[in-house]
Amino acid sequence: MTSTITPDTSATAVISVEEQQFNDLIEADSRIEPRDWMPEGYRKSLVRQISQHAHSEIIGMQPESNWITRAPSLKRKAILIAKVQDEAGHGLYLYSAAQTLGATRDDMTDALIAGKARYSSIFNYPTPSWADMGSIGWLVDGAAICNQVPLCRASYGPYGRAMVRICKEESFHQRQGFEILLELMAGTEEQRQMAQDSVNRWYWPALMMFGPPDDDSPNSAQSMAWKIKRHSNDELRQRFVNMLVPQAAVLGVTLPDPDLHFNEETQQWDLGVIDWTEFHEVLAGRGPNNAQRLQRRRDAHDEGAWVREAAVAYARKQSARTEEMAAS
Amino acid sequence: MSDDIAADAPAAAHDDDHGHVAVDVTTLDAELIEGPSVATADVAEYALWLGDDSLILAQQLGAWISRAPELEEDVALGNVALDLIGHARSLLHYAGTASGRTEDDLAYWRTEPDFRSLHIVEQPNGDFAHTIARQFVVAHYLFELYSRLRASADATLAAIAAKAVKEVDYHRDHSTQWVLRLAQGTDESRRRMITALSDLWPYVEEIFRDDPLIDRLGGVAVRPSSLLPAFDAAIAPVLAEAELEVPRGFVASGGGRTGKHSEHLAFLLAEMQVLTRAHPGASW
Repeated sequence: MTSTITPDTSATAVISVEEQQFNDLIEADSRIEPRDWMPEGYRKSLVRQISQHAHSEIIGMQPESNWITRAPSLKRKAILIAKVQDEAGHGLYLYSAAQTLGATRDDMTDALIAGKARYSSIFNYPTPSWADMGSIGWLVDGAAICNQVPLCRASYGPYGRAMVRICKEESFHQRQGFEILLELMAGTEEQRQMAQDSVNRWYWPALMMFGPPDDDSPNSAQSMAWKIKRHSNDELRQRFVNMLVPQAAVLGVTLPDPDLHFNEETQQWDLGVIDWTEFHEVLAGRGPNNAQRLQRRRDAHDEGAWVREAAVAYARKQSARTEEMAAS
Repeated sequence: MSDDIAADAPAAAHDDDHGHVAVDVTTLDAELIEGPSVATADVAEYALWLGDDSLILAQQLGAWISRAPELEEDVALGNVALDLIGHARSLLHYAGTASGRTEDDLAYWRTEPDFRSLHIVEQPNGDFAHTIARQFVVAHYLFELYSRLRASADATLAAIAAKAVKEVDYHRDHSTQWVLRLAQGTDESRRRMITALSDLWPYVEEIFRDDPLIDRLGGVAVRPSSLLPAFDAAIAPVLAEAELEVPRGFVASGGGRTGKHSEHLAFLLAEMQVLTRAHPGASW
């Protein structure tokens, strides 16, 4: 079979009937389902993207769980537990979606703790203050929503459907983050400083979550052709900033970009230059918390090994017992 | 063909009808906020007993999230912690009506001797077997307690118990399943389960100890000693199936109900209260 880089339907290309059907489904904006034929590149690209997303949810639990035991009110503690628990749930749906493509959860987990799989670099930043619970919700979850809403229409069915559910929950997460910052900004001088300091630290990393500029994004063109991805990195980043500016005004926080200004011509907010060196440093493993995040995941996995082994052994004994009873 | 990925996902966070607190629904139940009920000093003290048990246990379980042996347990322990925080908020809110304090005043601005928690909930998480052993004991106790407290002459306590009993029924099942798996899984898990039970058992007796407060709250409070036969009857078949014996060892002196605590509580409170206490008067 020939797996083409862009679906090529010209008369000269030799493609199989299955591939033609696949191309037609993509062209018609229909959904590809697990048992449908798909090009190997499409399958690999999806497994990469979905497992990275799942890993991001799992590693993303850490910076927030850091504050569960210290949340400053019982209401906030309950909300934070619910939110981090949602992230574990998202990880589970996404691993399941990747499993429909033939990936196994064990392999994906092993790749993560061996440091071979990628996850969103944003979670390699630390959460030294309570206000970071607000900034993560408002900025990080906000950026995630801009990225993820278009994925609800991703061509691969199980992924698109998982994303519908995830996006609903993410929008609550963003709202609660905004509310944390709103409360801080209406509070004492120390609380306002805590909020502004946190926004200063998370703003640029959140913008980098959309990925490199379009002219430097190797996987984007193919993903867009296959309709896994629907908008370019720069388009989504711009949409996000346009959304943030009025929200920052409501909060009373300053976005830490002195060059940010409204462009009358394009009716968009033009932003200053993003420092991509930092992005590449964090991506290369030289961020503030890369080592700590992986170590914590590996420790939890290793320390829980005896529990998982016990569950497997128990299930095996139970099914042997059931079979014995059925035979007697 | 996978028509709905959610249906394939194991133990999804929202598939069950218990334990989930949507992050946009954060107020206390209407009967607590709108009801005119103000607790008497004795009822408030009793509500503190129960509220502190739930709060301290929730605080401990919250520390598991992102560290559990598998993702499904991050979700499950998170669910249990959320339920318990819900119970704690209701009970502390009610306790506070007697003295004009809020749930947060009580959770964050009391010091150790003013807490009323049992020693068993103060015991550290330990390994997963210790956490499960603690859950197994406490969930079975709470189920028997709330089952009876539903008939309390105090309408607010009865309403809290009616809601809580459904949730702790699930906690009971969750811990029971794990006691069976760990006791009959591998040699290592069995060894750990036996150790955990014997480490926790010295703190069981305190749960069922009566106090003069109970005499003053006839018809309102549940007499702790009256729960022991039902508790024993409920755990006996599980321990039998798991081929575990009730540990026979020493009994700890306890004293949580009068403010005498284990060494662990001060550390737990220091962590829980650190941010709030750094900003007196702030709202969050």
